[in-house]
Amino acid sequence: MNLTADHATHGTAPAAGAEPVVAFSHVSISFFGPPVLDDVSFTVAPGETRILLGPAGVGKSVLLKLANGLLRPDEGSIRLFGQEISHMKDEKLFPLRARVGMVFQESALFDSLTVRDNVAYQLIGERVPDDVIDARVREALTFVGLADTFGFFPGSLSGGMRRRVAIARALIHGPELVLYDSPTGGLDPITSTTIIELIMKQRDVSRTPSILVTHRLQDAFTLSTHRYDVEKGGMVPLPEGQTDPGTTFMMMESGRLIFDGSVHDLVHSEDPFVKEFLE
Amino acid sequence: MFDKTAKKIVLTVQDYSLFSYRAAQNLFKPPIYWPEFLVQSDVIGFGSASIVLLSGFFTGGVLALQSAATLSEFGATAMTGRFVSLTMIRELGPVLTGIMVSGRNASSMASELGSMVVTEQIDAMRALGVDPMRKLVTPRVCSCVAMLFFLTILANAFGILGGGAVTVLMNHQDANQYFSTAWEALRYPDIIQGLVKPLFSGFIIASIGCFYGMRTTGGTEGVGRSTISAVVTASVLIIFVDFLVTQVMLATFSK
Repeated sequence: MNLTADHATHGTAPAAGAEPVVAFSHVSISFFGPPVLDDVSFTVAPGETRILLGPAGVGKSVLLKLANGLLRPDEGSIRLFGQEISHMKDEKLFPLRARVGMVFQESALFDSLTVRDNVAYQLIGERVPDDVIDARVREALTFVGLADTFGFFPGSLSGGMRRRVAIARALIHGPELVLYDSPTGGLDPITSTTIIELIMKQRDVSRTPSILVTHRLQDAFTLSTHRYDVEKGGMVPLPEGQTDPGTTFMMMESGRLIFDGSVHDLVHSEDPFVKEFLE
Repeated sequence: MFDKTAKKIVLTVQDYSLFSYRAAQNLFKPPIYWPEFLVQSDVIGFGSASIVLLSGFFTGGVLALQSAATLSEFGATAMTGRFVSLTMIRELGPVLTGIMVSGRNASSMASELGSMVVTEQIDAMRALGVDPMRKLVTPRVCSCVAMLFFLTILANAFGILGGGAVTVLMNHQDANQYFSTAWEALRYPDIIQGLVKPLFSGFIIASIGCFYGMRTTGGTEGVGRSTISAVVTASVLIIFVDFLVTQVMLATFSK
């Protein structure tokens, strides 16, 4: 697909002027040394998918953990669902976090619980009846194509399967924002494509806003140049030169956000780091 | 160098105090995870019963052997029961149970929670809107306090039985005499002292185990370090607090 062709868009653009789901304003954080994030500002609009690119160790995962209050910034402000969370007490943050789905880099499944109990973790905490839980877990596992792993323990699953279970766990509660931390990291190309297709499905079917951290350009461009076809049950390429308007890009280098814009802007960027990264 | 170490110790004590306060505070505000209390009570209480029972029995036996040898020099072997019961109930029962349970449970808590930290399971729990302090720490602390109380009673009972077995079977003395002197020697202050100590030990074991587990860094090697720190710190603290409680109790009941 030729991304340098005349820029056109396909699908639904994020609502203009609506209050951002996430808003970072001049956020900095450090851990006993130089800043890991330095003066980072960006927003995620309703329905928007933001892909955060950058090499390993530039602070992408830290940014994601700041977005749902797992870490607190040293400076700056972070707003989640319109509420300032940078100094919010943990007690008040828990209900907000329950509205956010998060997929961790290494899946972070509870290894002493079955797949069913992992996926249903929030529902069990809310004392939802067992039969309802079973039905919803089966639905979530079917969504990620793992309906037959219901009673398995995470230890008996492959890396790709664990990642898909983690996606099911993040999505079962109908999140209003999804944070994906390198969901395809360390996976083979076929499994990576399956994971990207799932993320695309969530984006196009539920229009859930998300931040996706990755260092794999191929995954990022696939998300921008494809859409999920419900009837076909898989992803299909957008017409030549068209991109998803709700999928935008950010790039980090040494804790600083050096790019924020569309895929078109990204491929035409004159920034030497961006150019080198794309090459 | 000295400055850095002193600062580190002060900060650790401060963090531990805040951690313990939060663990205790969670008992008074919902949600309280009752099923976790039962699971942990089973793991700590039932799981540790056999080692506590055996160590109590043999400690009582050793006490009887040693004391009989010394008491015989004064022609007072009849006092063996008194010696064993007082020593077990006031001192050895609570301390020994604390040390044994610390070796078994402070280590398991530190390694379990530490592994969860390094594999991001704790972060995942927080991301899912569940407070790990409430879900993991508070139930462990409360269960450990409750179970240590009963385990100490078990250790005391089996210690006196062990002493009785040695006195009757090896020292060929009268069982009635042993058990009646053991019983008559006991006063309420002795029993209260013996039953207050495990409450402190239980709190120390679980709070130290969870504290070191939750602040694990540095991957699997870090889990090992946390486990060692938890067992060492808990064991030393149990003996230190035992000393303090003994002082306070003796001062209180001698008035």
